[in-house]
Amino acid sequence: MAKEKNALRLSALDRRATSLGLSIGQPLANARAMLPELKVMAANDGADRKLLEHIADWCDRFTPFVALDPPRALLLDVTGATHLFGGEKALLDRILAALRVQGFVVRGALAGTSMAARACARHRDGLVVEPGEEMAVTEPLPIEALFLDPVTTHAFRRAGLKTIGQVAHRDRRELTARFGSAMVFTLETALGKTEKPISPRIPLPDYSAERNFPEPIATEEVILASLVSLAETLCEALEKRGEGARRLETTFFRADGTVMRIAVETGSPTREPKVIERLFREKLDALADPLDPGFGFDLIRLSASRTQRQEGAAADFSADLNAEREIRFLIDRLSARFGAHRVLAFQANDTHIPEAAGAALPAQEVRGAKSSWEVRRKEEAPRRPLRLLAKPEEVETIAAIPASPPRRFRWRRVQHDVVLVEGPERIAMEWWRHLTPQSTRDYFRVEDTNGNRFWLYRDGLYLRETGNPRWYLHGVFA
Amino acid sequence: MVGTAEKLEKLRATLASAGLETLVSNARVPLGFAPADAVLKGGLERGALHEVYAATNSETSATAFTAGLAARVAGKKKILWIRQDFSAVEFGELSATGFLELGLDPSQILLVCTAHADDAIKAASDALTCAALGAIMIEIPGAPKILDMVTSRRLTLAAAQKNVTAFLLRFAVKPEASTAETRWLIRGAASSKENENWGQPVFETDLVRNRHGRTGHWVMEWNCDEGLFREPAFGIAAHHRAVVSASGDR
Repeated sequence: MAKEKNALRLSALDRRATSLGLSIGQPLANARAMLPELKVMAANDGADRKLLEHIADWCDRFTPFVALDPPRALLLDVTGATHLFGGEKALLDRILAALRVQGFVVRGALAGTSMAARACARHRDGLVVEPGEEMAVTEPLPIEALFLDPVTTHAFRRAGLKTIGQVAHRDRRELTARFGSAMVFTLETALGKTEKPISPRIPLPDYSAERNFPEPIATEEVILASLVSLAETLCEALEKRGEGARRLETTFFRADGTVMRIAVETGSPTREPKVIERLFREKLDALADPLDPGFGFDLIRLSASRTQRQEGAAADFSADLNAEREIRFLIDRLSARFGAHRVLAFQANDTHIPEAAGAALPAQEVRGAKSSWEVRRKEEAPRRPLRLLAKPEEVETIAAIPASPPRRFRWRRVQHDVVLVEGPERIAMEWWRHLTPQSTRDYFRVEDTNGNRFWLYRDGLYLRETGNPRWYLHGVFA
Repeated sequence: MVGTAEKLEKLRATLASAGLETLVSNARVPLGFAPADAVLKGGLERGALHEVYAATNSETSATAFTAGLAARVAGKKKILWIRQDFSAVEFGELSATGFLELGLDPSQILLVCTAHADDAIKAASDALTCAALGAIMIEIPGAPKILDMVTSRRLTLAAAQKNVTAFLLRFAVKPEASTAETRWLIRGAASSKENENWGQPVFETDLVRNRHGRTGHWVMEWNCDEGLFREPAFGIAAHHRAVVSASGDR
């Protein structure tokens, strides 16, 4: 039941309600009058949509080309997949039977075009339309089978056009002018005269390998072992084409219909089954919600969704290369376990802003290219602190005159007496990066009586940018 | 059987002459500061676990001291630095330019950020199987439960197995018993001043445990240009606090 045009109307019915003569779109008050004991529930479009997506995930085992046709239809392009399941009719029956076992009321049909199949699904459940027969099959169907918007359907009804065939005999130009080209396209597709390809919900992987388990598998060892054998198949295919995987995804199809996807990324192309298995093991091990096999998985698919050219893996005895490879593998393992954003490498950045000069980026992305670090000035003590605060912290200061560096300051409730000051080093903010003007910072290196060394700055030029400059602590030196 | 030891010795010599000295176990790396190297019988042992504790407010000094040790041990190899998130919030994030100014190559360092000490130890255990690493650093504030004798023994064994040196950098905690080869307590010292200028980093170091030798207490300076420890270039600042001896097992 849902509110529509200011009235509560029925939006879905179960089988019994239909047999008692209720219909979708009927006002609730009207239905109640017919059946006082009618049980109604509020419609939940979000949950319906989610359920449809779950079913689509499950259908992914038959073909990767699954499209949602909300509110309650799925379109599957099974071209080239039917022989795997013993023919078109066998595949259709299998899908319908499996869904019915899961408790869904479902109708389906298979035809040469998506709209013809959709029209037949409603009115000729379980039908496989022979090639070229689409027009003959769909013409006698009622106009509702086209699933046009209610206004259009109503208009056809009013005009006395009750079947698809009757509409099909009208002049196309007339129909286009009155109802738009989309409607005509739907009609033509239903008649089997044209088709647009189904775009898959999930980008298709370049390579994939899968395995069916007649007896669902649930133990970790078996799951990992089957991953290895899938990886072997996948790697063979990769090797033939001289490619390696950069991103791998495993799809676990649970016997009860739940589908889970887990992906790992690598810093360099990979086609080693052992490496792939190890990365998935790290990832599975670190999952916040452990992979729950329930009553077991009946299908596991491993696919490479991103690949890259990889030169022949000829045995390499160069110690340097081997070491580099070992470290790349370690980075991939740690990234799989903790996430790529937690395994970082420094990269030189062409800026003098202290916090941006040496950005730490995901190590998988930082390539071996020699980064150009500024050369340290010889014979000079460190000019930059080893530890930088994420956000400079304001300190209370006591200075003889406002413009000069502090004699004493208080940071995190500890007082520091300054004995040595170096500076100032003036760092102007890069104005072209900011919309609002940024004040200039005068940095000082100070040492306190205990030998602790800090990086302080005065925010803003005294009297020019601010009358009462504030002081911040930005980092700590060794 | 009699010839085995001799053969092994010969093999080691061959490896050393081929420049593959890292394969020779028990290689010791001199710090550069002679008195400490004497006590350490030549230097810091590779393929072992070393611990560095920071005195209060000397966390950055301890960081730099350990970075110096790691740089000595690792040579040109990579250093994997595992740090807990809390450590970065409380004591500051490790800075690339900071490493650069200490004379280290920032591209040599890989940073692993973990939410908990447990994750840090997991990452360390995995990293210690990677012989291509020069050193690994485990930076952990406080005293998490995971850091017990069992973990310490596991890290020690893993470090020895692949000859990767591990450094445990501890903040905000008193030295605890462990199976580490050496244990240091570090306090930042007033910088050595050349013409009253800002000087090189100076550390008051306390070697509170040395499994294969005596302990000691020294003031050392890190020489950013040569990448080694040495006697402070000029007299250190007048003030010099008495060293509080740290409790720790010997």
